[in-house]
Amino acid sequence: MRYAVYVFYLVAALAAAPSTHSQVHEFNLENGLKLLVKEDRRAPVVVSQIWYRIGSSYEHDGITGISHALEHMMFQGTEKYPDGEFSRIIAENGGNENAFTGKDYTAYFQMLEKSRLEVSLELEADRMRNLLLSEEEFRKEIEVVKEERRLRTEDNPVAYLYETALATAFQTAPYRHPIIGWMADLDAMQIGDLKTWYDRWYAPNNATLVVAGDVEPDLVHRLTQKHFGPLEASMVPAPRTLPEVTQQGMKRVTVKRPAELPHLLMAYKTPVLRDQAAAPASWEPYALEVLAGVLDGGNSARLATHLVRGEEVAASIGVSYDLAGRLDGLFIIQAAPARGRTVGEVEQAVREQLDNIVSGEISEQELARVKAQVVSSDVYERDSLFYQAMILGIFETTGLPWRLADEYVARIQAISAGQVKQVADKYLRDDGLTVAVLEPQSRQAPGTVRRPAGGDQHAGG
Amino acid sequence: MRVDNGVTARNAAGARLQGRSLIPAVAAILLLLGAQAARPAPTLEHWQTAAGSQVFFVESHELPMVDVRLLFDAGTVREPAGRNGLAVLTNSLLDEGAGEMDATAISFEFERLGAQYGAASGYDYASVSVRSLSDPALLEPALQNLRRVVAEPAFPGKAVERQKQRLLVAIERKRQSPGEIARDAYHAAIYGDHPYALPNDGTLDSVMSVQRRDIVNFHRDRYGARNARLVIVGDLDREQAEALAGELTAGLPRGRAPEPFPALTPVEQGGEIRVEHPSSQVHILLGQPGIRRGDPDYFPLYVGNHILGGGGFVSRLYEEVREKRGLSYGAYSYFSPRRGPGPFTASLQTRGDQQEQALQVMRDTIRDFIDRGPTQAELEAAQNNISGGFPLRLDSNGKILGYIAMIGFYDLPRDYLDTFVDKVNAVTIEQIRDAFKRRLQPERFVTVMVGPNPPAAREAD
Repeated sequence: MRYAVYVFYLVAALAAAPSTHSQVHEFNLENGLKLLVKEDRRAPVVVSQIWYRIGSSYEHDGITGISHALEHMMFQGTEKYPDGEFSRIIAENGGNENAFTGKDYTAYFQMLEKSRLEVSLELEADRMRNLLLSEEEFRKEIEVVKEERRLRTEDNPVAYLYETALATAFQTAPYRHPIIGWMADLDAMQIGDLKTWYDRWYAPNNATLVVAGDVEPDLVHRLTQKHFGPLEASMVPAPRTLPEVTQQGMKRVTVKRPAELPHLLMAYKTPVLRDQAAAPASWEPYALEVLAGVLDGGNSARLATHLVRGEEVAASIGVSYDLAGRLDGLFIIQAAPARGRTVGEVEQAVREQLDNIVSGEISEQELARVKAQVVSSDVYERDSLFYQAMILGIFETTGLPWRLADEYVARIQAISAGQVKQVADKYLRDDGLTVAVLEPQSRQAPGTVRRPAGGDQHAGG
Repeated sequence: MRVDNGVTARNAAGARLQGRSLIPAVAAILLLLGAQAARPAPTLEHWQTAAGSQVFFVESHELPMVDVRLLFDAGTVREPAGRNGLAVLTNSLLDEGAGEMDATAISFEFERLGAQYGAASGYDYASVSVRSLSDPALLEPALQNLRRVVAEPAFPGKAVERQKQRLLVAIERKRQSPGEIARDAYHAAIYGDHPYALPNDGTLDSVMSVQRRDIVNFHRDRYGARNARLVIVGDLDREQAEALAGELTAGLPRGRAPEPFPALTPVEQGGEIRVEHPSSQVHILLGQPGIRRGDPDYFPLYVGNHILGGGGFVSRLYEEVREKRGLSYGAYSYFSPRRGPGPFTASLQTRGDQQEQALQVMRDTIRDFIDRGPTQAELEAAQNNISGGFPLRLDSNGKILGYIAMIGFYDLPRDYLDTFVDKVNAVTIEQIRDAFKRRLQPERFVTVMVGPNPPAAREAD
């Protein structure tokens, strides 16, 4: 029992680590824009992120990828700051900028020395309502988007498998659309479609501005009021989202692509966090996070210990689960077989591990290990301003109050071994499972041709 | 918490924001600051331990955490002939067994303490790192475990065999990625018989030929105290850091003095290499060996390349290839300084039927820049961006650790960060033009293209 005492001591030491986040200040403008300011005075910098409640889960067949294409077009100019000015101004001010589109959100960000914050607020307020969306720029930019799709998906067999798995697992819910869109939809997309999409979703009452860094919350509020205050709210429709029909049995799909190695993906339908702190099952997503940690939270977790080492059936294996989402999601296990082993053997070995969770014991040590990592990660994450702001943005755009993020560590700490077994038993069942397998297709050995740099190196293209 | 939302960003620099930590994706886009308001660069302390290791320490008490990284002159360049992959294998095997502990016990020890272990191996150096909370009850056992891993690895025969097999899988996986194939072919072509020509992971044949005794010897010779640089950033005072550094390095093998760095024979003639691959895009890389860390031309080349192809959304390559023509999602150029002349590389990816046009645009843009240099306006914009964004480079312990490790390993001046902005601002057009002409010769560029052959060549087949 000495060991158990030692574990307890460590948990106490970990719990003593300061875990209160620096305070978040919330402001609400009359036009519906929400502003969250997180003070962090460690360095004289600021990150500004504007989050829109729009992404691929708002799309329907025929217009997939439109939210992401619009994100690209958001850099192509307004009347006041035409083509390329936005990026030139941010760069002149020493800033970094970019944007990203997810299933449930589209976000734009700038990172700047703290005195330059107003530059980014003015530019973002301008493009929230005044985007030009010219046909000529769109024609070029949609080609860039298609190249992005070729780069990330078409020519990457594992990403292609992932896309197919999602499109198979979800029958009606919009999470079956790839964020970047199907190629045929990109081919057919028109500038008029983007205008409609922009007018419908880009409004102050459909956005949250998150500012984190070495800033004075009241000053940020005044600057936000100055630049975003004059924008008018609009009627933002509730998204018309088809719910997922209940899956009625296991699905299997095979992807044959030119590739060298097989790959296995197992996806189980699972719930996400809801804004009902008092709801009876509100602990389940936290238990699923702990389950992911028991299986894959580090090199001493079960899958690495038993499947990569131990049985040596997998060369690599990983688990992913998103607790924040607008709609119910997936608990995904992905693996590459070890040399000489098959996808079938890996699947069998994974199933045995999942059965062991349900029918065997989860030790206090295992649980303490997972929780220790959660507690320390909560400190490590504060090393990144961007990450701190991002958590607030994700919560707000998936329908969760940002305050719920502050409860995360305590809610994880409260999960018991019994609850982990319970969610494994309830959700990791064949009836909600999709198994997707990449079957590599043999191809001719690649030919390599080398030519000296004669005159042809600079010949016309 | 896990933030695994698949996200699609506007620029590859923003990459897929995936995985538990978003930091790497964000760090990839860091840029710079300004004349005013820069807080002083962190105070860098330096000493040598009794065992002969150089220590670099930055004290930072804002978060209750400590980062420790050990760097060894134990990268791919130090592999004996025919044993390519040995450096990566040795590095990946450190935590697979030490003393009485097996891989699971070692990992469990880090994980129960909430500590994060990492290991990496590249051309010039190999490293091991630990991030821990600063509470001595957690930090001390975590560092004891690190000492065990790096000083007393057991390299169990079974683990050696398994890691070899896993590395072979990784090598096979690279063959399904046109980008990876292009990178390996490019390095092989521009570096000839220098070890920079080799892939870090090795080849199927070379990895299979590695024996356990090669690994044991490589560790004994290359992971010596005198070959080590130790970087510490975080919540410790100097006295604590000295004690930590002394204990950590005391048990390291003595090691042997490294041989002189291998000399590079300059490439006299460029050429074009085509590798056919069943992808939709062609990946194009072109360039030649570039500069060393600490090279006197570093600042003119760095600032100049920022204008040519390093400045994110504002660079000539981005403008010509993507903005004007929509030919590629990414269009970059970069110098990667190493101990020896690291590569200068320009790259893009485009669909097969427009590869020759894209290549021509990239070549013309580079040639024009070398011939004529930047305009005064471009230079000022780049300097404003780099100097104005300087605080962003040092706004987290993780980023500071990265810079200090670079300064420490490459023996850069210890005031490198203090003088960085002044050196950037002192660069002139003439210096850029002169440095680019002397250091880059387009007639010596090697061009690598991996993907479908161009339409004409296919017909000729």
